[in-house]
Order: sequence, then C-alpha cells, then structure tokens
Amino acid sequence: MMLVTAFVLAALYQGNAITQMKWRVLIVALGFAAYFALTSLSATFFAFIVFAAFIVSSGHATPFEGRAATREKGWVKWTLIITALIFFEFFVLMPLFAVFIEALRKGWGTYFEAFTLPDTRAAIGLTFLAAAIAVTLNLVFGIAAAWAIAKFEFRGKHFLTTLIDLPFSVSPVIAGLVFVLVFGAHGWFGPWLEEHDIKIVFALPGIILATVFVTFPFVARELIPLMQAQGKEEEEAAVVLGANGWKTFWYVTLPNIKWALLYGAILCNARAMGEFGAVSVVSGHIRGETNTMSLYVEILYNDYQFATAFAVASLLAVLALVTLVIKTTVEYFADRSRTQDNPES
Amino acid sequence: MSIQVRHINKQFGSFTALDDVSLDFPSGQLVALLGPSGCGKTTLLRIIAGLERADSGQVLLDGDDASNTHVRERQVGFVFQHYALFRHMTVFDNVAFGIRMKPRRERPNKAQIREKVQKLLKLVQLEWLADRFPAQLSGGQRQRIALARALAVEPRVLLLDEPFGALDAKVRKELRRWLRKLHDELHITSIFVTHDQEEALEVADQVVLMNRGHIEQIGAPEEVWHRPATPFVYSFLGSVNLFHGCVAGAGVQVGNEILPHQRGEVAEGAQVVAFARPHELDIVPDATGTAEGTGLSARVTRIAAYGITTRVELDSLDEATPEQHFEVELTRERAAELGLAEGQTVRLTPSNLRVFVDEGAGI
Repeated sequence: MMLVTAFVLAALYQGNAITQMKWRVLIVALGFAAYFALTSLSATFFAFIVFAAFIVSSGHATPFEGRAATREKGWVKWTLIITALIFFEFFVLMPLFAVFIEALRKGWGTYFEAFTLPDTRAAIGLTFLAAAIAVTLNLVFGIAAAWAIAKFEFRGKHFLTTLIDLPFSVSPVIAGLVFVLVFGAHGWFGPWLEEHDIKIVFALPGIILATVFVTFPFVARELIPLMQAQGKEEEEAAVVLGANGWKTFWYVTLPNIKWALLYGAILCNARAMGEFGAVSVVSGHIRGETNTMSLYVEILYNDYQFATAFAVASLLAVLALVTLVIKTTVEYFADRSRTQDNPES
Repeated sequence: MSIQVRHINKQFGSFTALDDVSLDFPSGQLVALLGPSGCGKTTLLRIIAGLERADSGQVLLDGDDASNTHVRERQVGFVFQHYALFRHMTVFDNVAFGIRMKPRRERPNKAQIREKVQKLLKLVQLEWLADRFPAQLSGGQRQRIALARALAVEPRVLLLDEPFGALDAKVRKELRRWLRKLHDELHITSIFVTHDQEEALEVADQVVLMNRGHIEQIGAPEEVWHRPATPFVYSFLGSVNLFHGCVAGAGVQVGNEILPHQRGEVAEGAQVVAFARPHELDIVPDATGTAEGTGLSARVTRIAAYGITTRVELDSLDEATPEQHFEVELTRERAAELGLAEGQTVRLTPSNLRVFVDEGAGI
C-alpha cells in the first residue's frame, strides 16, 4: 500500500505538476513524515528509497544529462541511484533516526526530564563554553597563520603549512595525552603548576587546550587557499593609499575573507562540540564539572541510562543539523558574493 | 616632485632583476620604462613606490633619501596592472578610501570627501558609476577608477604598472590618449611601465629602455626611435632586418656576399651586427646583371600590398645564410615600378645601415 502511494506521489511529481525544488523537498518530507508515523521504520526506509530514486532520476535534468544521446542505459542509472541511496540510508539516515527514536522511546516526559538534570546542564554548558573559547582562539590563530602564509614569503613557510595540518593526522587521544604529559601532575610543568595552584589537566583549561589543538586546522585551512588566490595587490593598494596594517586588515582583507572565515568557524565549532578522544583524556570525567556532552553520553550509556544518554545525544545531533543548515546558508551567500565578484565566470 | 634612483641592485634568488641602475626622473614629466618582460622595469617601479626593497642603492624623492620612509608616507599614487580595486567596495568608496585613511586631524569631513570624490570621478569621466561595484565595470572603466583612487590622496608622483596591459587594443589606445591628456592637465611626475613600444613612444616625454636589469638608452621618443644607441634598442623598437657579419673593405661581409656600407670607425675585419629597418632596404632587380657582390641575393616569398606601403618578405639565396629572412617596405610607386612577383630573384641594398661591434649581447 505504501509502495503504491510512493509511486503515485512520484508519478504525480513527474507529471510536471510541481517543478520547483522547494516543493520537491516539501513533498519528500511530507511523504516521509507520513510513513514514519504510520508504518514501521524499515518500511519507511524502503519507501524512501523508491521515492527518492524517482526524485533523483527525474530532477534537475541539465541539457547534457537530459539528452538521450548522452545518457547512460536505464539499468545503469537505476543501479547507481539505488546503491547510493541504500548507502545513504544505512550509514547516515538510519543512525540519525535511531538516535531520536531511542531518545523518545519512553515518551516526551522522560526526554525533557533528561535536560533538567544538573549534570546534563553542566555538560551542555561546558560544551558550549569550550567550543566558544576554542572557536574564538582558532579564529585569531587561523587568521594570523593564513595571513602569514598567504601574503608573505619567509623561510620555513612549508614547514608551518605542514604543522597546521598536524592535528588532522595525529590521533586525538595522543593529542590529549600530550597535554597530560606536559601539564599533568607528573608532567613537565606539573610541579610548578601545583605550587601555584593552577589546574590545567582535569579542568576547563585542559579541555579548551585539547579542543583548540584538535580544531586548529579548520579556520586556517579554509582561509589559506582563498587568500592565496586573492593575492596581495589589494593590500598593497591600501598601504600605498596610506592605510596602516590594522586598517588594511579591517577594511580590505577581512571583508574579502568573511564568508570563508564564517565557514571555517562553523566547521571548527561542529568539531569542537563533538570532540571526544582528546577531551576524554584530559577531562578526568568529573560529573557536573569536566564532562562535555560527548563524554556525558558515554558515561550515561555505560550506566545503562539509555533514555537520558540518547536524549543528550539527540541534542548533539540537533546541533549538528543546525550547523549543517547554517553551513549551507553560508555557502549559498558566499557563492552569491563570488558570482557578484566575477559575473563573467 | 623629482625622483632619483642611485645604484639600485636587486636579486631574486639567483636572478638579477636590477643591476646597478641609476636614473633621474625630472619633475612634471611622464616617463615610460620600456622593456621586455623580466627586464626589471616593474621591480624598479615597485622599489620607487616602496613596495619592494632594493638590496642596495638609494631612492631619492625630491632629493631626500626615501629608503627608510614607509610606503604610506611616500605620497605616491600607484596604479596596478590588474586594477587591485577593493572588490567589496563601491566605486565611490574605492576612490574615497585614501582620504578616509588619513589621520583624523587631516581628514576632511563627509561633505568635503563627497565633493572631492565627485570631482575625481568627473575627472575620469565616470561620475555616473559611483554606486557600482568594480565587478560591474569594464576593464577600461576599472583602470580609470583605479587612477582616480590613486589621485585622491594628491600624490607627489604617479606610478603606473602596465596600466593598460590587461585591456583590449581599442580601449588601450583610447586610454593612452586620455592618460596623456590627463597628465598635461595635472603635470604630476609620472612613471609608467610598459612592454608595448607603441604605447611608450606615443605617450611618454622620455623613454627609458631596459633590458636584463640594465638601462640601454634614455631619450625622447623620436630620439630612441631614430637613433637607437644599442643593438638591443634597435631590435626591440619596431621591426628590423638583422645581419651578422664582419667589416670588409667598403661594406659588411654577410655570408658570401657584401652589404654596401659607408665605413665608420669600426676596424677592418671586426665582427659586427648590422641593422636596417624595412624601409631602409631597397630592392634591385637581379636579372639586369648588377655588379657581382653588391647587395644580398634573395627571393621574394610574399608581397602584402594593402595600406600606404607595400611590404615584401624575402628569403636569402646565399648558401652561407640559408635561414635569413628579410622584410622590406616600399612605397607603392616603387613597388609598381619594380613590378615584383612572388618567386622572383632580386638583390637587396641598404639605403641606411647601422653597424655595431658584435659583443654577443642582447640579440
């Protein structure tokens, strides 16, 4: 029955009644929601595959793909589309829905109760605080590093570029361990820190350090290619016209990189909020004090508090989805400003 | 403002961009730095502006050593080849930028800035574009805005780096004329870099010819055109026929043949390079039995008879110089008189030949 409906919807859609993309999306969402409510999960997924296949196959026929002469055979097309969709369902969509379903298994009451626990609130607060500080610091570091690499020639530039990528290639656990070895009780600065009553490891500073380290490349990586492509002529023009370094940066460089900067910050933020490995090593897992959301979810899960664990996890998932929406919006505007810059390209 | 550069040296790695360059730019003149790409002309301009640092040597602005003067205090206007307009600002904001960057006590108020920008936009004849963004302008318009922006800070000297290099031929010609007119109105000391000889000769008061980090010749356009000082200048300006040979009696021996030439101070037997412009070669029909050894034997390969003059391309028939090609420019009357046909064998005699001792440099 649901299969039939999917076909009807798809046929209706193919009948050219609805052509705009947003309507397509809306219909998919509506159909999807309806099945979600009415039938079991697996059936929903199957219906979605069928339906989405129609959407994909009929949507956005560019002149090239649209012509029979340049199109692959039908079965090739369908095999590829369905394979891709099955992967997408099992590896992205299903886990995402599983989180929400598990979180709501015992009803909305239990779900919201999870967020009233002081430990949950502390974890959420800590996550936001650590992410906010890490993103801010990395904005500053990222701009400084990208500015140096893109606009100046100096010895050791390649080394610096490689160094920026280090956090990507090092395991987060090792990153965390490094900070424990340096700042921990038995580490290099441990005794000195203890003497002066400064806590870094197993406290907020350690969590921030670990997060900053892990998310360091995002902003710089995003900016360097753009700033290199833009060259330094505009900055030179500004300096010749009498602008000092700060004004040149503020009035000339920054407006040219604002979208990339925002994009880098969003990616950085997403990673900062979701970071587990490095933070896990330095945090010490003190409930209500040094547990971020990711760590808290793990602890709850190990304590068999599944509903609460999934509730917190669902919040993380929502944050991720919100990030995606913001990211797409930023991409859209960045794209638009780029086409404004070069209308001919 | 006058500019002097003294013994400027600049290396990029192992590449010598400028080798002990000294130059005087008199006040109020429009000077062209002309040369092939890589000759150091842009580097010299950037050193004068302060955007690049010389390895050694001095830049004197109005007689004062500017080596330790920051770019923003040199009061130069710089126009970039690719405009370098601030892409996120409107035309108005671009032009106003320099004025707004002035220290607070020197900065005019909003109304004054507006008035000044309007005046500059009027000067470059683009006042109707004030609210547009650079991306919405054509190349020629962008470069005029860039010029207005540079002039906004009332620079003591205007430096232009290949200002018309990125524009198409027609716009380039228009802007060239326009720049000359603007200079005649403002009389601001200006230096512009170009690799286009026509542009340099047409616009500039003085032309500085550069090659491989050296200055080859300095002079007024007609001077460098009519009396090239070095083989490089000869071959760089306009098309030219080049002969390698040695001085032999009343001429220059090229391959197996003799090119008649009034003997100068060059010693007998010296290796030389000789130049003749296309209009300085004459074609003599060969069939009439001209005396053996006068002029070079050649075969006509192509005749282009459009325009005021007729251009004839020829290949050498001398076995010693088989790769040599010639270009000759004749008046229509002379061409008609000769009645040339493609494939015909003729002899070439120069009406004017410039001979340099061959030092193996620059050609």
